[in-house]
Amino acid sequence: MPALPVTVIGGYLGAGKTTMVNHLLRHADGVRLAVLVNEFGELAIDEDLIEAEDDTLISIAGGCVCCSFGSDLTGALLEMAKMHPRPDHLLIESSGVAIPGAIAGSVSLLDGFHVDGVVILADAETLRDSAQDKYMGDTVLRQISDANIIILNKTDLVAADALAETSAWLAAQNPNVRIIETQHGNVVPEAVLDSFLVKAAASGPHHHTANMEMMTLTPDQRVDVDDLARHLADENLGLIRAKGFATSLSGQKMLIQVVGSRWATSEAAQDKADGIVCLGFKGQMSKVALP
Amino acid sequence: MSDTTIYTARKIITMNRNRPIASHVAVRDGRILGVGDLEELATWGEYKLDETFADKILMPGLVEGHAHTMEGTLWRYVYCGYFDRADPDGKMWEGARTIDAILDRLKQAEVEMTDPDAPLSGWSLDPIYMDNKRVTRADLDSVSQTRPIGVLHASGHILNVNTKALELGGLMKTGLNHPGIPLGADGYPTGELYGPETMTPVGVHVGFNRSLTDSDAQGLRDFGKLCVRTGVTTITDLAARLEPDGVESMLSVTGEDTYPARVVPLQMFMGATAKETVDKVVALKKRATDRLRLGRIKAVADGSIQGFSARMRWPGYHNGAPNGLWYTAPEQLAQLYRLALAAGIQVHTHTNGDEATEMVLDTLGPALTDVPSPDHRFTLQHCQLADAAQFRRMKNLGMCVNLFANHHFYWGDEHYRLTVGPERALRMNACRTALDTGVPMAIHSDAPVTPLGPFFTAWCAVNRITASGRVQGESEKIAVEEALYAITIGAAYTLHMDDEVGSIEVGKKADFAILEDDPTEIGGPNLKDVRVWGTVSGGRVFCAADL
Ligand SMILES: [Zn+2]
Repeated sequence: MPALPVTVIGGYLGAGKTTMVNHLLRHADGVRLAVLVNEFGELAIDEDLIEAEDDTLISIAGGCVCCSFGSDLTGALLEMAKMHPRPDHLLIESSGVAIPGAIAGSVSLLDGFHVDGVVILADAETLRDSAQDKYMGDTVLRQISDANIIILNKTDLVAADALAETSAWLAAQNPNVRIIETQHGNVVPEAVLDSFLVKAAASGPHHHTANMEMMTLTPDQRVDVDDLARHLADENLGLIRAKGFATSLSGQKMLIQVVGSRWATSEAAQDKADGIVCLGFKGQMSKVALP
Repeated sequence: MSDTTIYTARKIITMNRNRPIASHVAVRDGRILGVGDLEELATWGEYKLDETFADKILMPGLVEGHAHTMEGTLWRYVYCGYFDRADPDGKMWEGARTIDAILDRLKQAEVEMTDPDAPLSGWSLDPIYMDNKRVTRADLDSVSQTRPIGVLHASGHILNVNTKALELGGLMKTGLNHPGIPLGADGYPTGELYGPETMTPVGVHVGFNRSLTDSDAQGLRDFGKLCVRTGVTTITDLAARLEPDGVESMLSVTGEDTYPARVVPLQMFMGATAKETVDKVVALKKRATDRLRLGRIKAVADGSIQGFSARMRWPGYHNGAPNGLWYTAPEQLAQLYRLALAAGIQVHTHTNGDEATEMVLDTLGPALTDVPSPDHRFTLQHCQLADAAQFRRMKNLGMCVNLFANHHFYWGDEHYRLTVGPERALRMNACRTALDTGVPMAIHSDAPVTPLGPFFTAWCAVNRITASGRVQGESEKIAVEEALYAITIGAAYTLHMDDEVGSIEVGKKADFAILEDDPTEIGGPNLKDVRVWGTVSGGRVFCAADL
């Protein structure tokens, strides 16, 4: 069984994590998401999405679920992996004070799970203030530095020059991160989870959303797979995500997974067709090519 | 009319200024009818004179304001601590002072096990007393290569395991890259696992899982025995998950006729919203019984100092380690305080570092402005690094403090040398400052982190001696009488129970510590050596030797 992808979603209180998770659930479109939240707050899941609910599990339209893990994340992950049918993708919505890199680190210890990146929500209006907060400032900075992707949310609440300044500040805090600006948590789902990216690529002609576009890179011969993955993760290229298969120089089929500057390769079944789906900002995609 | 028993004692130390010393105490219906001499008490009418304690010293039943019932459960595992420690059955386990001694003890326990696949679990390991020599996977493999083995450190933050346990937990591999998993020269884990996220996947295979903190029936009974042996009649479980099954089990065990203590479990604020938590505790409070005092909340602001996860103000850790972790966000704590104050539910908050203490003070202040609550008695637990200015703010906000006196003995040297440095190590667990500032104060063991035993805790606060024998923080010492107050009325006050327990006076519960030695005569340097005969809880007599 292939490793279960896990995306860690973090960010300080009020950044819009819950709104974004609901947005992803609305656009799951057949991808079975399992959302793990620290606690069922008053508004963990939008009412109209809920099909059934008990103390520990919420069943959501489209085969998705949400469970609270309280103080036992590892236990909850193992439970989710045992569910029938098995979820396609796990989302951990970490608490506002959690260090997401530590959560990703502990997920990576578990057999059968693959970390599909750390996505941090940030409130464009209050981010700079919270980064200077007497108590939470260093926690906010650690969250930013752990991120592969930062969703800079609530951009409608700030003036253009202030937004540009905040964006530049973020990039200086974490040069490896990809920053996606958005409002009301309305982010392109393919940017957040690679399961969405794979599905979108499979469902025919690549759609173009907002300021992003998608393309498939198909190597026509064996390649140095690590080289290719490293290239796709290069910050000058600025790809948000890439995922797909290529054949190594020795003839082994390999899975390539890229989120921001983070990349990983692993052996895959030989019958997979070569081809890597790439998602990036408009205007950048012309630079994407085989190294 | 109910029966009256009058106990004769060698001496009764009442902790009540109107009658500080007496020779007799009268008990009726589990409560104190009166304390004085026989002639005075006989005025209440018919009585039965009981001479059982004629040569004993009586004190109010001792109150432990910060312990965990898990101490009872852990004794089913192999004790691997450095210091001598008594188990619930009264057997004194000699400290294991070398790694070889620990391994020998584990081997002995291994031989006695019948199920070849059952895990072997040990607890209370602490390498700092053994020149910081680490236990390795290979060491534990010498005990068994086929059975999973895990030994939990005294701090609770580190777990040592053998190769079999690593295999079962899926960690027996190379290429691991995690700060909590040190690797050996061969690229495989050394067998030491730091922090809950690395301990959990392996811990479940060696007998340490989350539910360990929920004491089961036997654990709670064993915990009760430890209370009798240490003179404790009121004790907290700080904090519990209080799942429905756990609550039923606690209600039933503490309801047994022979259960010897009042248990005060605090609901942990974790994994539920502030509103859910307060609603739950309001409902639980209605189910409270005389011996199970449900209806309080514990929140945790930061981690531990020796684990470098406590939140420190400038200049931070002495060895340059990065600042620690918040366990609860200020906004969540603010919400909890407001809701709890409005519902009349008391909250105790764990803080270790001085920044965490500062955050709680900053958070409770505005909550009290919104929800004025005279006599709230919200309590800071541990609060080890608070400075004088913070104690003054506690006083102004009406807070109590429960200081971790035992910690000073066990880890004081480590704090001096490594974590906070000489100057701040002197002010840790500042009992003198708390009392001089007028902050109501208790002192605690945090059992099982350190052994349960209020006279030892009192000795720590009076002498401030560290494990290496140095006096650390001369100016924060307190007097014997003050320490005895802290382990009786002082602790009872932090639980809103000083009207019921903590002193021997008319109307209160007949809860006594029965002693062989007089703690007011034995002298400060010997306070830890006060011998406990047993207890009386609600008028029922429990002799430690008969347990
Ligand atoms: Zn504790």
